[in-house]
Amino acid sequence: MTMTVHVDIVSAEKEIFSGLAEMVFAPAELGEVGISPRHAPLITKLKPGEVRVQVNDKEVYPFYVSGGMLEIQPHLVTILADTAIRAKDIDEAAAIQAKARAEEALADKSGKIDFAVAQAQLQEAVMQLRSVDRLRKRGG
Amino acid sequence: MAVGKEIRSKIASIKNTQKITRAMEMVAASKMRKTKDRMLATRPYSKKIGQIIKHLAHANPEYKHSFLIERPVKRVGIIVISSDRGLCGGLNSNLFRKTLTQMMQWDKANIEVDICTVGTKAFGFFGNLKANLVGHISKLGDTPHQHDIIGIIKIMLDAYAQGRIDELYVVNNEFVNTMTQRPTIEKLLPVVAGELDENLSGHWDYIYEPDAKEVLDHLLTRYIESIVYQGLVENNACEQAARMVAMKSASDNAGNIISELQLVYNKARQAAITQEISEIVAGAAAV
Repeated sequence: MTMTVHVDIVSAEKEIFSGLAEMVFAPAELGEVGISPRHAPLITKLKPGEVRVQVNDKEVYPFYVSGGMLEIQPHLVTILADTAIRAKDIDEAAAIQAKARAEEALADKSGKIDFAVAQAQLQEAVMQLRSVDRLRKRGG
Repeated sequence: MAVGKEIRSKIASIKNTQKITRAMEMVAASKMRKTKDRMLATRPYSKKIGQIIKHLAHANPEYKHSFLIERPVKRVGIIVISSDRGLCGGLNSNLFRKTLTQMMQWDKANIEVDICTVGTKAFGFFGNLKANLVGHISKLGDTPHQHDIIGIIKIMLDAYAQGRIDELYVVNNEFVNTMTQRPTIEKLLPVVAGELDENLSGHWDYIYEPDAKEVLDHLLTRYIESIVYQGLVENNACEQAARMVAMKSASDNAGNIISELQLVYNKARQAAITQEISEIVAGAAAV
C-alpha cells in the first residue's frame, strides 16, 4: 500500500482541493518543492505558479496559484493560496489610496449632505406615518 | 365625497410603498442566499490559517514576532465594517452603539482610538463624530475580494509595527441566523492563539524558508486579512438578512395600514349615504 498525505488547498474566497495524495509539488520561494508523506514540518512562502497534486500514478491535478503559503506537517499539507498577485508596492499603493479616500471624503462635505438628505427623508416618512395614525384615530 | 377621495389617494400611495418594500424584500432574500454561500466558502481558509497560527504559537521559534507580543495600551486601532446602504433595520445602529460603548470605556482609561471604516454608513457616522479616521473604503458591492481590503489593513498593521497603536480590533455583525445578527468586537492584534486541538507536544519547530521573520510576517498579515475579510462577507450576509426582515415587516405594516384605512373609508362612505337618505326622508316628511 502506498503512503498518502492529506492535502488541503484553500483560497480566502473558496476551498479549492481537499483529499489524499501521494505527492505534492509546489512553487516555493526558493525553488519548487516536492512533498512526500511524512515530510518534516516546514513553512514557506509560495511564488505564483503551478501546484500539482499527484493522487495516484495516473491522476495528477494541476492548480494555478498566484502566491500564498505552504505549511507541512508530517500527515498534512496545507496550501493557502492568494486570490491575486501581491507585491509590497501594490499593498503600499492600496494603503495610500485608502488613506487618501478617508481624507478626501472628510474634506468633501457631500457625504454629510447625503446624510442630511437621508435624515430629512426619514423625518418626512415619520411625519407621514404619524399623520396616518392621526387620521386612523379620527376615523375610528 | 371629499373625505373619501383623500383616504383613497392615501391608500393608493401606501400600496405603492408596499410594492417597493415587497420587491426589496425579495431581492434581499435572493441576495442573502448568495452572500451566505460566500460567507461559508471563506470558512475553510480562516480555519486552516487559524490552525497554522496555533501550531506556530506552540512551536518554538527562535524569533518572536512583534504581532505576538503584548504591550501596554495607550492607543488602539479599530476597523469598523458596516454596510453601504441603509434600510436594513437596526443593523448598523446596533453596531455603532456597541462600538461607541467600547470607545467610551477606552476614553475613560485615557486610551485614544484610530478608526478605519469599511462602508459608507460607518464613514458617515464616525466622520460626523469627528473621530480620528485614518482610512476608509466603501462600495465594495456584493462580491468583495480579499485584495479590496488590503489597503486599510496595511494602514493598521504599519501603525502597529511602528508602535503608533498597541492593539487592533475589528467590529462587524456576526451572522447567527436569518433573524438574528449580533454585533461583535474581535481582537486582532496582538494575536491570541487558542488551544491546540491535537497533541503536538514536545520540542519542535518548523523549517522556515527563507527565514522565520519573513514567513511569520507574511503569514500573520494573511491571518489578519482573512479575519477581516471573513468579517466583511459575514457583515454582507447580515445586511441582506436584516434588510429582508425589515422589508418584510414594512410590507406587513403597510398591509395593516391599508386594511385600517379601507375600514375608515367604508365607514365614511356609509355615513355619507345614510346622511343623504335621512335628509331625503326628512325632506319628504316635511312636505
